[in-house]
Amino acid sequence: MDEFILTALAAGLGVALVAGPLGSFVVWRRMAYFGETLAHSALLGVALGFLFGINLNLGILAVCVVVAVLLVLLRQYQRLASDTVLGILAHSSLSLGLVAIAFMEGLRVDLMGDLFGDILAVTPTDLYWIYGGGLLVLATLVAIWRPLLSLTLHEEMARVEGVRVLPVQLVFMALVAATIALAMQVVGILLVISMLIIPAAAARAFARTPEQMAVIAALIGALAVLGGLAGSFQWDLPTGPAIVVTATAIFALVTSARGLGAARA
Amino acid sequence: MPAVQQLAMQASGEAPRIRLQDVAVTLGGRSILEDVSLDVVPGRITTLVGNNGAGKTTLLRVVVGLTRPAAGRVWRASRVRIGYVPQHFAVDVNLPITARRFMALSGYADAARWQEVVDDTGVAALLDQPLQGLSGGEMRRILLARALLQHPSVLALDEPAAGLDGRSQGALYRLIGTLRDRYGCAVVVISHDLNLVMAASDEVLCLEHGRIACRGAPASVIEHPEYQKLFGSHLGPDTGVFPHDHHDHSHAHPRRSAAGGGHG
Repeated sequence: MDEFILTALAAGLGVALVAGPLGSFVVWRRMAYFGETLAHSALLGVALGFLFGINLNLGILAVCVVVAVLLVLLRQYQRLASDTVLGILAHSSLSLGLVAIAFMEGLRVDLMGDLFGDILAVTPTDLYWIYGGGLLVLATLVAIWRPLLSLTLHEEMARVEGVRVLPVQLVFMALVAATIALAMQVVGILLVISMLIIPAAAARAFARTPEQMAVIAALIGALAVLGGLAGSFQWDLPTGPAIVVTATAIFALVTSARGLGAARA
Repeated sequence: MPAVQQLAMQASGEAPRIRLQDVAVTLGGRSILEDVSLDVVPGRITTLVGNNGAGKTTLLRVVVGLTRPAAGRVWRASRVRIGYVPQHFAVDVNLPITARRFMALSGYADAARWQEVVDDTGVAALLDQPLQGLSGGEMRRILLARALLQHPSVLALDEPAAGLDGRSQGALYRLIGTLRDRYGCAVVVISHDLNLVMAASDEVLCLEHGRIACRGAPASVIEHPEYQKLFGSHLGPDTGVFPHDHHDHSHAHPRRSAAGGGHG
């Protein structure tokens, strides 16, 4: 097998293993649109990365973290509805990123790769980012698991019980931002949230505890990466969308089987 | 500037665990609470009653520390632990969690305490059920059990009987009374069912438009003109504690006249 395929496979599996547990919390906390907003802001990170000549992953991470903190604070002191704030930030940050890139003369940016992912272009250096960053994200998630689960169940009850809600929320947002930065190259800005949501939603059918759901979501994400890469290799399909289509097929299969099972019961 | 202070109090006797003095709360420029004082005392069930928008929920939120007052003082005894049961509790259908796990999340409780609380609240058969499958009454008991696992010195219950039928409400209030006696904690509870309130409370605090209209033992509060102006002068037939008038039903029935939520 070609080395670039193995590198792509390693990148995809690394992202899936991180996205599963994080995605479970995104599903439980009904934050799909929130994640979408962060993902859209990643393009601005690409533009700033080029502008300041820094690693693009760092640029994406920095912009995602800033937007995440902004969103949390706006939710705390908002005068607008949450979805309105998210809508404004999601589309304005994506447009700002596109406009900023257009202003940079002589710069050739693979916009299609940024928007839909280019897993086959992943380099060994990217793998260090994905696995190093991924381990850090998972370790931090394990550390805040209990308070995060408590405030996911009931924020005010958690606050009365002594959970420091705002810091835990901010750390969680930073983790989502980091995961988006890591996953962007695999499935792209427009599809990255699907790697968080779809495997987690499919895992719900098998899980009896929050921890089981997180692990199963990671495994389903890995299965989607394997299937998507195989399909892409076999039929010359765009890899990012092929991974998402595979994840969606798994979700549809699981949901249908569960529905049939419930109907028979 | 509001003062939220640690109050060095004796842990025993009648020393309050939490004391509110001349507390005022303003939300969006609107006064929600004004000049409210309250002592949360161990072994005492204090019930907050009042019509919609009277400030009951806001007052309970000040007691548990969720709302900071704009004026007045709040003292808390050192190491005060609060068990809080919110009015609304709904779990996302996508979150697979049993009642046992949910209770365990509240913090460490040794096996003896766990068994004691499970027995007292009668939740043994519910422990391995998914939270989403519990009825309203079952969920209330699980929330109560979870609060008790934390060794609370104060139990704050926001309309614990909301949505329950009459028999379940009665059972819940009896349970709260039993738990108060057994664990010696202070209980602050919001209720709309005046029949049950009068039978189960040690102190009733009646709020109107963010101010205390009257307060005291149930037997004295029910005679208070402000209380009678708000809820009528008669209690329903199911209290079993206070007399009622079979001849005059023209007054608003307490249970109906006090129903509602909102800022409460």
